[in-house]
This record gives sequence, structure tokens and C-alpha cells, in this order.
Amino acid sequence: MSRGFLGRLIDVFGANKTSWVGLVLFAAICVVALLAPWIAGSDPLEQSIIDKLQPPSATHWFGTDEFGRDVYARLVWGARISLIVSISAITIALVVGGTIGLVSGYIGGRFDMLVMQAMDVLLSFPALILGLIIVALLGPSLHNLVIAISLTALAPFARIARAPTLIVKERQFVEAGRALGYSHARIVFVHVLPNILAEILVMASLWMATAVRVEASLSFIGLGVRPPTPTWGGMIRDGFENILDAPWLSIYPGLAILTLIFSLNMLGDGLRDATDPKLRGE
Amino acid sequence: MFWYLVKRLLASAPTLIAVLTVVFVIVRIIPGDPALTVLGDQATPAALAALRTKLGIDKPLHLQYVDFMLSALQGDLGRSLVSGRPVINEVTAVLPHTLDLTISSLLLGSAIGIPLGIWAALRRNRLADYVIRIVSLIGLSFPVFVSGIFLLLVFALQYRIFPVIGTSDLANLGDRAWKLVLPTLTLGLVMVAYITRVTRSAMLQVLSEDYVRTARAKGVPARLVITRHALRNALIPVVTVVGLYLGINIGNSVLTEIVFNRPGLGKVIVTALNQRDYAMLQGLMVIYCFLIVVTNLLTDLTYGLIDPRVKQS
Repeated sequence: MSRGFLGRLIDVFGANKTSWVGLVLFAAICVVALLAPWIAGSDPLEQSIIDKLQPPSATHWFGTDEFGRDVYARLVWGARISLIVSISAITIALVVGGTIGLVSGYIGGRFDMLVMQAMDVLLSFPALILGLIIVALLGPSLHNLVIAISLTALAPFARIARAPTLIVKERQFVEAGRALGYSHARIVFVHVLPNILAEILVMASLWMATAVRVEASLSFIGLGVRPPTPTWGGMIRDGFENILDAPWLSIYPGLAILTLIFSLNMLGDGLRDATDPKLRGE
Repeated sequence: MFWYLVKRLLASAPTLIAVLTVVFVIVRIIPGDPALTVLGDQATPAALAALRTKLGIDKPLHLQYVDFMLSALQGDLGRSLVSGRPVINEVTAVLPHTLDLTISSLLLGSAIGIPLGIWAALRRNRLADYVIRIVSLIGLSFPVFVSGIFLLLVFALQYRIFPVIGTSDLANLGDRAWKLVLPTLTLGLVMVAYITRVTRSAMLQVLSEDYVRTARAKGVPARLVITRHALRNALIPVVTVVGLYLGINIGNSVLTEIVFNRPGLGKVIVTALNQRDYAMLQGLMVIYCFLIVVTNLLTDLTYGLIDPRVKQS
């Protein structure tokens, strides 16, 4: 940890081709989502019954759906939903879960035991089932999807932040801080946090992949952002109903989800190999 | 072994009680009146009140909680609001389908994943290793419903090798197995990818240990070094991950069941959600959590089988 976090991150990307590929792919999808209004070509909501269920062609690159909407345009706009939901959910899970883990590990004792027990309870629900129930409870909307997914990812972040905190808090520089009269908050956030940031960020990229998957799965089940807003999972759901006549309706969004998750997995995997001291030099 | 089991069971009791409490709270905060859901808008206030009394939801919350906990601990999960049948019967009717799927995909995952992981570890940083790593990462990136639909498109619709619909006759073993193939492949591919990766990294760690070098130095045949000295020690993290992943798999089976139109726990839970069948939901959540707790317990017991040190400590 002598080189500083940013310096090491640069080293990591320099040494690890896998994470580069992941980063470039992910960045490309982000660019597509950002530029959606300019590159989608047509309105993703515009219906044209005469053009319904058309196979891919020069005018409709990825064909049209059962309402005659352009699949390519919907795919490009759908990237936004996937990214917005997963980035917001993981940011919330990271900040809230990370803080819970940090504080719990730092305080220790009975408080720590109680908090971790609560996290264990949260972990006893399969992520998808928990998400399913929360969304069904709150009603399907962008906002509620973010809440549901961040709740499913909360406990793992608390755990990953807590473990290194337990070790770091025994180190001499923390004791020195205490001797100098620093507040607990300052010790935790200024001195302990930077030491565990790398691990938390690796985790974040891997959990982003899970968040994308859970969002798509919930949309596929019919608990995602309400139609007609294009979502990748929802597009597959609609396409699945027409799978005999128009297989492209499920194939293209399926490939899009696969690419996004794959890019995040590549990124996280490469970062983990490079930041994990046990695997370094592998 | 017996006391180890008892100790482990007692240790999971607080978690189970906490989980039950959470389930109770979640179901109580779902908006809507269960009695109204069952009887509909046209019901008279008297009928609604009568049903509320029958369901026990007119009692104060703390009494409802005590009732719920006592009957849950006795294995009584109440009755479905929609069909009126005991939740446990509805569950046991479909449970074999879900267990078939999770267990067969676990077996597929281990049968392919463990040897692949060993191979990749032995060929570390060579072509085979890179290919296995990339392919397994792709496998991990497939959402279950996407891989399910792709498999369905190719093997059921294009080539018509396997049936499109996975509903099978439980008594007919051949039919049961045949209709299990595509769903198992769907869930199993993720499992293969996961187990391959964990086996590889666990083997890499073990292969650099002193005792493996010692075994090699004293002339133990390479195959025995791998199976007896390295693999047995590498299996602990593999079992942990498999145990953890079984939980995820139970969740993923929801999606597989939808894609292949198979009966199962997942289908039941989605139906219960749509019908706002609170009693059913409550019972299902208890069962899901119970399955996870049992899985964790089995995982721990497997540690004891693989590594005698675990039992003694």
C-alpha cells in the first residue's frame, strides 16, 4: 500500500490485459447509453403496426417487435436503465454497507456481533427472491428496483469492509492516531478507509455484474421498470412470447446483457487478481 | 460427528429465528388487506370480519407473532389464501421438480468443473488455462434466462432434440430425466463455470505448498500427488463455494422454471406474488430460508468429511 491507491490502480491496468478489455467494453456501453438520443436513430416508443415483427434489415438493423418498434433503438435506450439501476444500487450498497462494516469492525465487541448477525439474516435470503419480494411489496419502478437491489448487495459489502478493518485497526498508525487525540470518525474514514478501498472497489465491479443480472431478471419476470420504457430484461420477456416467429427479439437483448455482465466480470476479475496479494505474480 | 452436528444445529437456531421474524415483518407490511384479496370488493363487512378472525389477523400483532413462530417451529406454515390447501402440501407437490433441477445441475457442475479446474491449474498460464478462464468467465456472465432461451432456441426449436416444455411426470423416470436435460444444462453451465474457477485457484494455492513438493520429491506418482495430496486439500474452498452457490441456484431456478415452463418452487412464489397470497408467501419464504440454512449445514458437514481437523476443533 506504499504507492498510494491511484498509483497502484494504474499499475493494475498496465499489467492486466483482462481488466483493460473489460474496462474498454464497459466504457463503450456507457458511451452508447450516454449518446442514446443521437445514435438510436428512431424513437424507441414509436409504434407502427404495419411494420410489426420484421426481421433484421437495412432500415431496422435488429428487426422490429410486436408493436413495430425498432429493436435497435430500444436496445440503445435500454442500456440506460441497466446502467442507471446497477450503478445507483451498487453505489448505495457500497456506501451504506461499507460504512456499516467499517463502523462495526472498528467498534467491535457485542455491537459488531449483533450487526453481523443482522447481515447474516439478510444473507439467508437468495438475492433474487429477496429482490422479487421487495419489488412486489413496493411496486415496480426504477426507484424501487434500486432499493431492492441495493438491499440484496448490502450484506456482502458490510462483510468485505469489516474483515480488513479488524486487522487494520490493530495497526500502529491507528493507535498513533488515537494517541494524538483524533476523533473516531477521522480515524475510520481518513486512516482505515484508504487501506480497504481497493478491496471494496474490486467487489463493487463484480457486484455491478450481479446488479445488472438481478435487474434484468426482475424485468424478465415482469417486476422491472414499467413498459413501455425499454429495458433489456423486459425486451426478452416480450420476445420470449414471440419466440417462434421472431427469435431475434430475445437474441439481441440477450447478447447485450451478456456483453455488459461479461465486461464487468472481466474488469472485476482482472482487478482482483492484481490487488489480491495472494494471487499477485500469478 | 453427532455432537458436531448438534452444535452446528444449535448455532443456526438464532439465525433461523431472526429470519422467521423478518419474514413475519415483511409479510405484515405488504400493503393491502388479505381478507379483501380473498373475498374481493363485493364482500360484506361481516364476511370480511369473519375471515379476518379465521385467519387470525384481527388479533394484536404480538399475539400474531407468537402464533406464527409457534406454528412455524412445529412445521405448520398455514394455508394458502387462494386454494385453501396447506402451504406445506403445495410445496411438497412441486419440491421434487426443484430439487431434481438443483441437484442435477450441481452434479453436472462438479463433474465437469472440478476436472477442468484441475487441468487449468496444471497448465497455468498456458493456452488451455487462458481458454478455460475466458470461457468460464463467459459462462458466469450468462443470466440464467438468457442461456435458457438460447438453449431452447437451438435444441428445442431449431433442432427439436429436446422438448420445449419441461413439465414432467414424476412417476415416469425416463420422462423426468429427459425433460430435465435442457433445464439442467441451463443452470449447470453457470455451476460449471463457477466450480472450474474456484477449483483452479484453490489448486494453484495448494500446489505451491511444501507437502506437495515433498510428495513429489519422495517419488509419489504425479497422479497420486494431484488426487491424494493436492485435491483433497483444495476441495474445502470448492465445497464452500458450491454450498454458497446452491442458495443462488435456488433463486435462479425461478427463472429456469419460467423459461422451460416447469412446475417448482419458483413458479409457486411468482404465482403467490401475483395473487397477493400472503399466507403462501410467508410459508415459501420460511421454506427458502430453511433450505439455505440446511445447505449451509450440509456444507459444514462436508468439511468434516473432507478434513478430519474440522470435526475435532
